[in-house]
Amino acid sequence: MIKKLEEKLEHGKISRRKFLALSAAIGASAVLPGSLFQSKAFAATPKQGGRLRLGLQGGSTSDSMDPAKFNDVFVQMTSMGFLRNPLVEIDHKGNAIPDLAESWEAQPGAKVWVFNLRKGAEFHNGKSVDADDVIFSIQRHQNPELASQIKTLMQPIQVFKKDGPHRVIFELAGPNADFPYLLADTRAPIVPAGTTNFEAGMGTGGYQLVEYQPGVRAFAKRFPNYFKKNRAHFNEVEVTIMGDVNARTTALKTNQVDVINRPDRKTAHLLATDKNIQLINVPGGILYTFPMLCETPPFDNVDVRLALKYSVDREDMLKTILRGYGVLGNDHPIAPTVKYCATGLPQRAYDPDKARFHLKKAGMEGQTFKLHTSDAAFAGAVDAALLWQQHAQKAGIKVEVVREPVDGYWDNVWKKKPWSACFWNARVTCDWMFTMAYAADASANDMQWKNPRFNELLVAARGELDDKKRGEIYKDMQSIVRDEGGVVIPMIANMVDAANTKVKFETPAGNQELDGMRAIERWWFDA
Amino acid sequence: MTPLSQMVTKRLTAGVLTIAVVSIIIFIGVEALPGDPATAILGQQATPENLAALRKELKLDLPPHVRYFSWLSDVAHGDLGRSLTNQRPVAEMIGWRFWNTLFLAAAAAAVAVPLAIMLGMLAALYHDSWLDRLLSISSLSAISFPEFFVGYILIAVFAVKIGILPGVASIHPGMTLSQKLVSIILPTITLMLVVLAHMMRMTRAAIIGILTSPYIEMAKLKGIRQGRIIYHHAIPNALAPIINVVIMDLAWLVVGVVVVEVVFVYPGLGQLLVDAVSKRDLPVVQASGLIFACTYILLNLTADVLAILTNPKLRSAVR
Repeated sequence: MIKKLEEKLEHGKISRRKFLALSAAIGASAVLPGSLFQSKAFAATPKQGGRLRLGLQGGSTSDSMDPAKFNDVFVQMTSMGFLRNPLVEIDHKGNAIPDLAESWEAQPGAKVWVFNLRKGAEFHNGKSVDADDVIFSIQRHQNPELASQIKTLMQPIQVFKKDGPHRVIFELAGPNADFPYLLADTRAPIVPAGTTNFEAGMGTGGYQLVEYQPGVRAFAKRFPNYFKKNRAHFNEVEVTIMGDVNARTTALKTNQVDVINRPDRKTAHLLATDKNIQLINVPGGILYTFPMLCETPPFDNVDVRLALKYSVDREDMLKTILRGYGVLGNDHPIAPTVKYCATGLPQRAYDPDKARFHLKKAGMEGQTFKLHTSDAAFAGAVDAALLWQQHAQKAGIKVEVVREPVDGYWDNVWKKKPWSACFWNARVTCDWMFTMAYAADASANDMQWKNPRFNELLVAARGELDDKKRGEIYKDMQSIVRDEGGVVIPMIANMVDAANTKVKFETPAGNQELDGMRAIERWWFDA
Repeated sequence: MTPLSQMVTKRLTAGVLTIAVVSIIIFIGVEALPGDPATAILGQQATPENLAALRKELKLDLPPHVRYFSWLSDVAHGDLGRSLTNQRPVAEMIGWRFWNTLFLAAAAAAVAVPLAIMLGMLAALYHDSWLDRLLSISSLSAISFPEFFVGYILIAVFAVKIGILPGVASIHPGMTLSQKLVSIILPTITLMLVVLAHMMRMTRAAIIGILTSPYIEMAKLKGIRQGRIIYHHAIPNALAPIINVVIMDLAWLVVGVVVVEVVFVYPGLGQLLVDAVSKRDLPVVQASGLIFACTYILLNLTADVLAILTNPKLRSAVR
């Protein structure tokens, strides 16, 4: 069935949206085949030259260039081959591939990792990259006074060992077969050892920062000694921060910029009718979640949680809230772009009868469930809740929508109210996502969810270097979260960007927006 | 010391007190907002340890009055402090943005003020004619639309459809003056449409009010031409209220253009203030707030001084 749809799509008999909707409807994971993305953008060999102009949402005047503080889009992009590089890159298939590290190897047990650095890579100031820089750049995240965004991720590294100028050995507290992926984080780029002031944006990246006003504009020129020969194709890069979606759209339409992120989903189809503009629509990157506190009544009852999971019409949500730019969620947090996503699990569907059955089994008929929501969680979270209220009504379930203020939502509502709205960026590995928010001891576990079997499997998978066996374990874990977990994930939003048709690229990655945040390093102009 | 300069000194002293009060109000206001810079910076990623560490780093663990007075003593020594979120000096963050804000305000004022006064005079001269009605209807319609709407319409027409003017006014230091001026044409027109009606209607009303006074009747009876009556006899007496309105509008052009800045991606002070408030970045909020307060106080003072200087009656009263 899915094959048939793909054929139809290829021959232009159905639109991409229709393809997504139909494939979602038959329960297949609606990942667009990579080759189908290239309708407007396909070009074989990258060309050098030009000035890439980006208009981006996700920059603020309060941005710092210190990697430990990164959480907005622009500053994170600087780590991905723009101004700096991490040790590891994630490709569009979700594999870890070399960046500043040329190779790596785990010793049996996956506790000790040996990373070989690329020789001849240098910083913009001419200093060559060595093991000291790597140790400095990673170790500083563990400093309790720094309050790094990735302190918990880097905490398990117990010993940093330098083995010659181009080899670093990391010894972890426990096994982690996915360790290289952690080093691909946007907060983990390599900076010169001993850096105290990060604002100059010093790094090894394809471009050198010439002008920068936080939250306003950045201008960079190509770094002639960039260590990657087949990357960084533009001569100059200019980023303008445009918080307003209409301003971004106008800028793209009037050719004041070449690329924008986050076009308005409501009007994206109109934007795409412009023959000079291409939409870059990559499935599944942002999870729209509704966590329930599993130690707080009434959500401590698994049947209540199941009733709510069955009470939402995911198709309708996908169509109304995401305008089709997304895929159906299956109540587990592994996006279809992630390796080991259990695509074989049956898609949970809207089923008022089952919802009613579970509610009755829990003895909660007539109960009103308060859903705390705000557009701080994601754009459309209030509408989604209201929609849900309508769906649930048909199953005899009363949902009361409590609209919370945007200000302070993450402090006062999320993790505090028994049922709320939230979003998560999909993580590149199952282990990362699960460790961060689903493990019993995770500080970001927003469901008070403690499942012994799940936690055992989590540890087991970390030490398992056999691909197939890990896949099995992760499938079990996804199934446990889906059926017993404390979160409803009705939909997963696509990464949607837009660019003019001069801009070319290979299959874009979906791990983060703008081709895994590497658009500046990977893309090029076709003359 | 002349009475006028005495008045100015008195007003400036009061101004300093006002600013001190404003800074306390801003401080209390930002404190009262839910969350603090630590939670705003860490957002969803906040863990209790990270929060504690960041609060310590930013000195947020000290009691509020200690923080306020340490900030106050720094400012008294001419140091606006550093941003809590990225540790950049506040003066450096604000300086060039304030010039941008003034640049846009000046451009809008340079177009709007002469135009408004001229049109106001025309409307008064031919009041109740079709010209007067046309001017009133069109300028009142323009002011009735919210400025973002006016901005989007201008962008849709001039940037997207006709394609002759840039829809994004993101000026930067690398541009020449003429490039900058072209960039800001649309935001300038937007601002002009917002303030025009206000000033024009006030000019019209003030002049019409004076045209009914006995000395104008006298001038008419003497057979002086209408234009001369307005120019020589009505305008000087109508200036005080007009100056007041013009100055209030100038103040608005400096402090109230956040929406226009967002629509046109213009790097002014308003956007900085919005970002700073959402991150609870107190030193930046305080500094912007103080600049805005100073703008109001100084412009108000200017308005009063000008009103006194242009009005013979008040002039002699001060003397």
